[in-house]
Formats: sequence, structure tokens, C-alpha cells
Amino acid sequence: MSKKKSTLTIILFSVLIGFLAGGIILKLAGYRPLETYLVMLKGIFGSPKFMSYSILKATPLILTGLSVMFAFRTGLFNIGAEGQFIVGAITAAMLGYYLHLPYVIHPLVILLIATFVGGLWGGLAGFFKARFGVNEVISTIMLNWVAFYLSNFVVTIESFVKRINVSYSIQPTASIRILGEWKTSDAGRAWLMEHPVLFDMFKSQVNVGVIIAILAVVISGFILNKTTLGYSLKAVGYNKYAAEFGGIDVKRNMFTSMFIAGSISGLAGGIQVLGISHNLSTLAAMEGFGFDGIAVALMGANTPIGCLLSGLFFGALKYGGSKIQTPPINAPSETVNIMVGIIVLFISMPKLIDVLKKSIAARKKVK
Amino acid sequence: MIGSLGFVLGTTLMYATPLIYASLGGVISERSGVINIGLEGLLAFGAFAGATVGYYTGNPWLGFIAGGVGSGLIGLIHAISSVTFHGDQVVSGIAINFIGPGLAIFLSRKFFSGAAMTIPVEYKIPKFLPGVFPKYSFLDNLLNQDWTTVIAILCAVVMWFILYKTVLGLRILSVGENPEAADTLGISVRKIRYSCVIMSGVLAGLGGASMSLAVASNFFPTLISGHGFIALAAMIFGQWKPHGALGACLIFGLAQALVIFLGSTSISISSELLSMMPYILTLVILLGFVSSANAPAADGQPYEKE
Repeated sequence: MSKKKSTLTIILFSVLIGFLAGGIILKLAGYRPLETYLVMLKGIFGSPKFMSYSILKATPLILTGLSVMFAFRTGLFNIGAEGQFIVGAITAAMLGYYLHLPYVIHPLVILLIATFVGGLWGGLAGFFKARFGVNEVISTIMLNWVAFYLSNFVVTIESFVKRINVSYSIQPTASIRILGEWKTSDAGRAWLMEHPVLFDMFKSQVNVGVIIAILAVVISGFILNKTTLGYSLKAVGYNKYAAEFGGIDVKRNMFTSMFIAGSISGLAGGIQVLGISHNLSTLAAMEGFGFDGIAVALMGANTPIGCLLSGLFFGALKYGGSKIQTPPINAPSETVNIMVGIIVLFISMPKLIDVLKKSIAARKKVK
Repeated sequence: MIGSLGFVLGTTLMYATPLIYASLGGVISERSGVINIGLEGLLAFGAFAGATVGYYTGNPWLGFIAGGVGSGLIGLIHAISSVTFHGDQVVSGIAINFIGPGLAIFLSRKFFSGAAMTIPVEYKIPKFLPGVFPKYSFLDNLLNQDWTTVIAILCAVVMWFILYKTVLGLRILSVGENPEAADTLGISVRKIRYSCVIMSGVLAGLGGASMSLAVASNFFPTLISGHGFIALAAMIFGQWKPHGALGACLIFGLAQALVIFLGSTSISISSELLSMMPYILTLVILLGFVSSANAPAADGQPYEKE
């Protein structure tokens, strides 16, 4: 229990330092930190629409964070969440367009397959490690790029490309948006007009993604903490050799762990397409969902519930951060990335926080 | 035919250059026992610092040096966390990957009135042998590289010499393999690790600057997209050895060059599918031999004096 407590202290302390350091950097660069933070805060909580956008931004990060967390807990480093996300997105976009199924069943089928494909993509790295001893860091980095170019290739397939660099949208049956078409119909508009809070909220692409993400948090927590599978996965994470001595099949575990990690990222990609983008477009650079997921896992202390909170935190900051770029603040939105970097940096050195705590305690004694 | 070969080899060297700097940076840091996963962030910051100083001074060499110094300072952050505070080196490296590019674009907006990209420099890094060989001849394509390419290969040679032929190198290697023993012999683990991690930043920064001052002529957010991770892979692929890393980067550059070459011929393969080849190729080669066994023994382990 005390370890949990100290981890929480470290994270909260790091977040505090992140904001302080961000403020100092803003100040040094000639911006007004307090006003900048205020605009950011208003940009997140200022209206139902803003809050809803923040949650939309957070949803994929919660999931990729969960994915990275799952692998971390079993002693593996999943840099490949990015690629697993991409293959999930490809799967969803293609099945969403080519497949014809009724409402509800359509997205359900797609998300299951996207989850599976993401799992295979992650599992591949686990298999390479178990069978050939290939470091999962390299193999997932390579698989990220294969997925990246695969996605760009798919957007050149003649029957799939709508106009240059953009694919056709998914069928309306595949969407997971709430009130998708109805909200722009006459009846929908009339009803929403009477409910101003909902009206404002539904200006964004509200979808069931976040509910699925919360479900994923609960399920991964259950697997890790309440099942034999989770126990053996964690045992490998703690001590590979002891686990093997205890009769756990370490190699099989590597595959399983990476498969589960990959499937969560694949699901994230599927949700992003069915809920937000509805199509694929040519990528100029990695979008960073997977890399952000690494920070989310770390800020979430490598626990499922932590990933939910830190994913919301990061997502909201990203959305709020986009608001400081415009007048009257005109501060770079990259401030958010710097802050997250500093938070992660301080999380990496719990000893510094110990030292600081001790020096504060010592000072109090002197007084 | 021979002209095409020259083109492919020349392009190989051009693509490999930033990777060589960065993966040498990885080698020097990890041989001293500090994992450096932050190469991507260090490259990005170096690219920005190089392009900015190159633009304002009009001197690409000052820019190149600034790239090294700038990322050396970012490397110092990683050293403080990893060495002084015995932090988790992987986590700290990830922090660098957020801080480096974040700070680069932040400062770019500051210095270039809100733009996320810098204004192109007037003078790029000069060529090594301009006008010595007839234009587009085999030798011109192969040997008339940017100076930064020549320096990159020199860096690999120098690092090989230092690591394997000098006392300093022996000390670095021993700190990376067995810091307790090294400490007993009177070697300062702290000093060696600090210098190596900062040097790692400097090298990656030079790599970034070679990207923004020789390959391109300015910095923009997608200029460094994944190069640091490829360099990391090249370092592991090259078994944590300077010559191994150099070789791995060249293989990678070759694969890229082949993609460009095949794309320019009449062979009709989708360029997207072609672009996948280097990565698939790397995976296939990796499957051929086990690579994880040769990491420095104390890589990633903080050293705490008893």
C-alpha cells in the first residue's frame, strides 16, 4: 500500500513540476504563463462541446496507453502501439466501406476484427522475440513503418480511393457516432435546440468510443489482477527466470502479452476510424497515438485505472493546448508536449523527489 | 549501368548520414551503460538548432556545431536523470523524445514569427569534392558527398579507435560491462557516463543538423520522423559496435536508395510497397541471427556506490 502511495506522490509531484516548468519556459519566451494556462483550462472545461472534444482526444490515448502498459507489466516494451493502431484503422476503414451489414452489428464485427488484426501485428513482434530472440524494440519499430506504408498503399487502391490521398468513407451502418445522421435531421435539430447543453456537446463527433475504452480498462485490470493468465504474465515481467523455473511457458507468454497489447491498440485505431475520421487519408508522418501512449502508460503508473486518468489528462491538455495558439495568447501549442516530457522526466527519477522531500523535511527541522 | 550504380551508392550515403551520427550516439551512450532511447528527440532538436543558427549567421558550419551543442545540452538532462538520480533510463529517454521536438517547434515559432518551420538557409553544408569529377559520372555520384557525410564516417572510425585502441575506450567499455569493478580500479563511473551521454547528444545533434543543413535546407516538424528510432535499431542491429552501427546504417541507406532508384525506373511497383522494403528487409535479416545477446552487461543499470 505504501508503495502505491509513494508512486502517486511521485506522479502528482511530477505533474506539478511539469506545470511549473512549462510556466517558466512560457515566461522566458515572453508569454504570460498564467493567462496561457487559464485559456487552456477554459479551452477544456469552458463548454460541453470543449469537454466532449477533450474526451474524444483522450479516447485513443487511453487505449494506446493501456496497450503499452500491458506489455510493460509483462517486461516487454511495446513501441509498436503506433503500427498496431494503424493496422486497426486500416481494417476498420476497409471493412467499413466494403462490408455491408446492419446497424450495430456492422461496427461490432469491424471492431472485433480490428482488435484481432492489431493483436496479430503485436503478436508478430512477440513471436519474433520468442522464436528468434529478436529484440521487440527493433521489431516493433520496423512493423510501425510497414504499417505506415501499408496504410498509404491502401489509400492508392483504385476501388477504395475517393480522391487523391483520401479514401471513401465508411458506410453509415458502420459508424459508432451517437445520433450520427439523426442530429442533422429536422427532428433531431428541433429536439437538440430544446436541450442547449446536449446541442453544444453534439457539435463534436460524440461516439461510444470512450465507453469501449473504459470497458477495456476494466477488462485489462481484470486480466492482470484476477486471472491465472495475468498472474503468469506479471510473473514473467518480474523475473523471467524465476517464472520459467516455476513452470511458466515464458515464450508463449511473450506472444500472448504482445497479442493482447496489440489488440488494444488495434481497437483504438478501429474506434478512431468508426467514431471520428470515417476514412483513411495518406499519412505524411506518424500521427503519434502510439508514442503518446507510452507517456500515458508512464504517467498512469502502469496501472489500468492510471492509464484512464492520464489518458484523459493528456487528451484534455492536447485539446486545451490547441487553444493557446490563437490570439490573444499566441503561445506555441507545443508547450503541452514539453510539459508532458518534463512530467515523464521527473517520473523517471523518483530519487530526486526523495532528495527534495528530505531537504524540505530537514529545513522544517531547522526552523 | 555504372552511372545508376553511382547514383544508388551516393544516395545510400546521403540517407545513411544522419542515421550514422545518431546511432554512433547510441553506441557511445550504451557502451558506458546508459540506454538512450531519446535519439529521436535529440536529432529533432539538433536539426532545429542547426537550421536556426545556420540561417541567422549565414554560416552552415556554425549551424552544424550549434546542432551538436544544442542537443548536447538536452543530452545533459538525460545524464542528470540517469547518472546522478539513478533514474529509469528508458523512461527518461522517452521524456527526451517529447522535450526535444517540443522545444524545437516551440522555439521555431518564437524565432520565426509563429511558423513551425525555419526559413531555408542561404548556404548549405558544402560538397566534399565539387567539380573534381564530371557531373553525374560514377565517381562524382559516389565521392562528391556533403562534407557532413565524410565527417560521419570519420566519426565512426575515430569512435572505433577510441573504444578499442585507447585506455579511455577500455575505461568506457569496463564501465558499461561492470561498473563495480571499474570503480574499484579507480575509474569514475559518473564522469565516464556523463561524458558519454553528453557526447551521445552531441553526435545525435550533429546528425540532426546534417539533416537540416545538408540533406534539406531548413527544419520542419516532419523532417525528423522516426530517424532516431531507425538509428536505435541500427545500433542494436550493429551489436552496439561503431563499425556495426555504421554498417547497419549503410544497409538501411542502401535499401532507401534502392527504393528511390526503382521508383525512377520503368518498373511499375507501388512506391508505398517499395518503401516498406527496408523495414521488412531489416526484420528478415534480424530473424537470421539472434541479436539481443550482445548488449553491454550493465546497460540500463544505474550505478550506486555502496
